[in-house]
Amino acid sequence: MRQLNMVEALNEALRQEMRHDARVIIIGEDVGVFGGAFHVTHGLLEEFGPERVWDTPISEEGFMGIAIGAALTGLRPVVEFQYADFLFSAMDQIINQAAKIRLMSGGQTNVPLVIRAPQGATGRGAQHSQSVEAWFMHTPGMKVVIPSTPYDAKGLLISAIRDENPVLFLEHKLLYGAASPGGGAAPADSSVSKVGYDVPEEPYEIPLGKADIKRSGNRVTVIATALMVHRSLSAAAKLAQQGIEVEVIDPRTLVPLDEETLSASIRKTHRAVIVSEDVSRAGVSAELASWISGNLFDYLDAPVKCVAAKNTPIPFAPAAEKAVIPQESDITQAIWQVLSDQ
Amino acid sequence: MISPPETIPPIDIGGLHRDLLLEMYYRMLLAREFEEKLYYLFLTRPMPGTMHQATGQEAVAVGVVSALQPGDYITSTHRGHAHCIAKGVPVNEMMAEMFAKRTGSCHGMGGSMHLCDFSRGMLGAFAIVGAGIPIAVGAALSAYVQRSGKVAVAFFGDGAINKGAFHEAANMATLWKLPVIFVCENNQYALSMTVERSSAVTNLASRAVAYGMPGIQVDGNDVTAVYRSALNAVERARSGQGPTLLECITYRIRGHARFESSHYRPAEEVETWKKTDPIQRLRQALIENQLTSEAELASIEDRVEEEMEQAVAFAEQSEDVQPDDYLPYITMEINHATT
Ligand SMILES: Cc1ncc(C[n+]2csc(CCOP(=O)(O)OP(=O)(O)O)c2C)c(N)n1
Ligand SMILES: [Mg+2]
Repeated sequence: MRQLNMVEALNEALRQEMRHDARVIIIGEDVGVFGGAFHVTHGLLEEFGPERVWDTPISEEGFMGIAIGAALTGLRPVVEFQYADFLFSAMDQIINQAAKIRLMSGGQTNVPLVIRAPQGATGRGAQHSQSVEAWFMHTPGMKVVIPSTPYDAKGLLISAIRDENPVLFLEHKLLYGAASPGGGAAPADSSVSKVGYDVPEEPYEIPLGKADIKRSGNRVTVIATALMVHRSLSAAAKLAQQGIEVEVIDPRTLVPLDEETLSASIRKTHRAVIVSEDVSRAGVSAELASWISGNLFDYLDAPVKCVAAKNTPIPFAPAAEKAVIPQESDITQAIWQVLSDQ
Repeated sequence: MISPPETIPPIDIGGLHRDLLLEMYYRMLLAREFEEKLYYLFLTRPMPGTMHQATGQEAVAVGVVSALQPGDYITSTHRGHAHCIAKGVPVNEMMAEMFAKRTGSCHGMGGSMHLCDFSRGMLGAFAIVGAGIPIAVGAALSAYVQRSGKVAVAFFGDGAINKGAFHEAANMATLWKLPVIFVCENNQYALSMTVERSSAVTNLASRAVAYGMPGIQVDGNDVTAVYRSALNAVERARSGQGPTLLECITYRIRGHARFESSHYRPAEEVETWKKTDPIQRLRQALIENQLTSEAELASIEDRVEEEMEQAVAFAEQSEDVQPDDYLPYITMEINHATT
């Protein structure tokens, strides 16, 4: 099968949905003539024209509001934020408006839009590195999608565009294909074993709320997202050489969460490690750990272990950034720890 | 003390159809009485939530909306009852919403500050000051992309114009010549803050220059003047010439929210502005120009009174919202089958 990197898979999903549904439009900074800061919208302006691909000024709150107004009146906008950190400039529109309008209207309307945003620590310092998923998991009324492979990215983005709700779609910069911009042949992180993945040419949906078991095992359940899926798989491959079979599950969507798949795995392994690139305090790992201990306590043979970013703005210096962001060695250590706890 | 314009020209009804003028009179009165009824209800019985009255500002809502087609869009604010009523949202449903009833416009999920009626192009009252402005621009973008011929109106206050959302929305709307009208309802106050204390340039319409769109200041207590200005702006928008900023000079007769005492302004200021009451001015013009009779106006007034009684009865008799009613509204769980 033909192979695509993440950027190519996302681009294909957008292109196919725009062909399929004239209501789908793209809005964001440098998405048209430039083709997107990470080239995800490359070629769309040329194919669909300026009424479908809107190059905006640097006005995050404004164009987010415009996307909402468009979604309320018959379009299905896909909004691109240049970096996830910039979502905070549009927080009112996302949280107070997009996520609340369906409820406030008593179900008179839905808000069918997708917000795409690249995130993850890549040596750019605190204002271009943050992982933001927990902010939005904390916001009822929207969904949160966070793919780790090109195959998942294409199917999830198509589902997100077809969904009737506001969906935040977080893309990890180190998974785009290579060092940004653009993507390329070489992996940008040593844990990422390959850049190209088999991706079917025809459009397909991966339902939101369906986890994927990236590696089966029976000793420990590792729940990880985005780049951390790859670091966990790399750790798991090495542990397998020592006879320890680790199950790695990628929830793929944090809201809704595939509780069934996670629960089945933990009932089998009796041990859980959660790995996430966002900070540990009130973060993804804290939420999942709370859910596991509330619902699966009787099945656990060891306390749940969280591997997450340190509670700090992300420092620039590569050595310091590395210390703050979960590394493969942190994951391996956490797995050993839950295995040794009785 | 903030005074009304020194000379208040009489309302010029020249060229306007009698039916239109009577309809405007009826709508303004309906908005006024809806809020007066609410004020009384809040005084006399436990009512959920709060409310903000647009008493004295009805000509802005009614004048602007009278220049629209039924399918056109509006966005509104925390002070939104008059905009809803102007847009034809049924007062029974609005009243039921105020009572937190299942029959309310939003099934009791929105309340006074988040009223909307999508079947009538009323996209929402947005209680975050300024938030509705870019949303109206989005509706205009949508109308443009879909070639629907619709226009959108953003209603907002003199306080809201200081939000970044206004600046971003105004720039993009003009840049892209979108069919939107920015209606700044300058009622002299943003809670306790006068325009002078919050805006470096107090002529708010002049801000339009920065975006390259027309900025028009109009007597917001003259429904015919508002209507005429809005008509021009709507025509401009619909014909692809882009947005207009319409600053309607008016006055907030009541407190900011229910029972807010407005101790920060002299009582005589309020009294002076009451003399420019938009409903009384239209009434007088209608009589003076012999377009109607006292008897006909009285019958309109009776009709409004009756509709209010009915609205309260409807609300009282409606089913209460039940604790779990909110559940279906958090997200929509059926994936849309695209064609
Ligand atoms: C973003 C935001 N800040 C503050 C408030 C609190 N607040 C509600 S209305 C208001 C005054 C708004 O003034 P203006 O825009 O002139 O509208 P008016 O109340 O006069 O109709 C304030 C400060 C709010 N709702 N939203
Ligand atoms: Mg005001």
